[in-house]
Amino acid sequence: MSGRTEGGVQARASQTMLALFLRDIRLSIRAGGGALTGVIFFLAVIATIPFGVGPDLNLLARIGPAILWIAALLACLLGLDRLFQADREDGSLDLLVLGHDRHMLALTVLVKCLAHWGGSVLPLVVAAPLLGLFMNMEPMGIGATALTLLVGTPAITFIGAAGAAVAVALPRGGLLISVLVLPLTIPVLIFGVSASYGAVADPDPFLQPFLILAALTLFLAVLGPVAAALALRHGTD
Amino acid sequence: MRLIAENLGGERGGETVFSGIGFVLEKGEALVVTGPNGAGKSTLLRVIAGLLPVAEGRVRIEGGGEDFPSIASACHYLGHQNAMKTVLSVTENLRFWRDFSGEPLLSVEEALEAVGLGGIGHLPFGYLSTGQRRRASIAKLLVSRRPLWLLDEPTAGLDKASEARFGGVMTDHCRQGGIIIAATHLPLGLDGAKALVMGETV
Repeated sequence: MSGRTEGGVQARASQTMLALFLRDIRLSIRAGGGALTGVIFFLAVIATIPFGVGPDLNLLARIGPAILWIAALLACLLGLDRLFQADREDGSLDLLVLGHDRHMLALTVLVKCLAHWGGSVLPLVVAAPLLGLFMNMEPMGIGATALTLLVGTPAITFIGAAGAAVAVALPRGGLLISVLVLPLTIPVLIFGVSASYGAVADPDPFLQPFLILAALTLFLAVLGPVAAALALRHGTD
Repeated sequence: MRLIAENLGGERGGETVFSGIGFVLEKGEALVVTGPNGAGKSTLLRVIAGLLPVAEGRVRIEGGGEDFPSIASACHYLGHQNAMKTVLSVTENLRFWRDFSGEPLLSVEEALEAVGLGGIGHLPFGYLSTGQRRRASIAKLLVSRRPLWLLDEPTAGLDKASEARFGGVMTDHCRQGGIIIAATHLPLGLDGAKALVMGETV
């Protein structure tokens, strides 16, 4: 194959994927999309914590990063069931799966994950600094937590895609996905929280857990979509 | 280009739905699959498309060249659902499928014109009536080039005039060397189409 046609193929593939990305982003911000659901859930959890824990400002500041991370993790899981189910219900999923011979299904899934992350999870990361103020966190801690969320939450989406693909045919699969996915997200949570603490508590390191978190995201960016594509190809009925 | 099915069998949930289906379709030919409910028409189409595993026998495409090496890459599959998003406008939906499927053929406006929906592209898909949705979904077949059309009840919900127009669209497709397999209860207005009656020989 000559260089020109290969370039043409690549240009076409990137155009295809851009179209898919833009469609999913549009869907998430239009009426009925999940963009705000997660943020509102996130806000509700963080806003109630100070009432439950009590007015101990030092305690709030100390548990702040962990609470932000846990709330963000749960808010991420909330919208995952719609990742493929919406496409399955209207028949689009069949056509996405049939496109496998033109562009790998795993790539399609990766792009859908990125769009889901951009549409539903990125707003959480943006809201996190504001909610950090509720937890009486210091600016350094807020910045570190937002940064670790930015780097770590894609990993949750990638794992979640595999869970969503397995449960795509099940009605009310949302809870099942959460149960399937939650144990796998624990490493992400652990390294995310320890990096956030590392930035404020002096003897603890920041860089090592942060780099492991980044590595987890990169690793799962490959593994998650491949697993999800496999499940989707064998799950059609 | 030709589509060959040999002794094809399909199953759903471990139960054999049909078996021993065989046909050869040359370019320009159409096959109309009829039969009672539950005879396996939809299953047959999904097996041919590759959405369901082949239980026995085989189905393959020959002479598709570099562009269409496999059935999945050579086919448009129009299922019961329209594969369109209700919150996006008709034009947005069609433009997406045009970009995603590759091999662009007609422009979105031309395709809408061809199914008699010119001038409503700006409406959200959810605002359309059942028949209009089906026609918009048929326009999806026209925006990108695929030689093989797999149509599952394509005319469900269409009025007489739209049925006739769709018959013309399918005839044009065959005349340009395309292949059509359609499962239906209703006459499609496809002259010279082969017929396959399911549910009797099984």
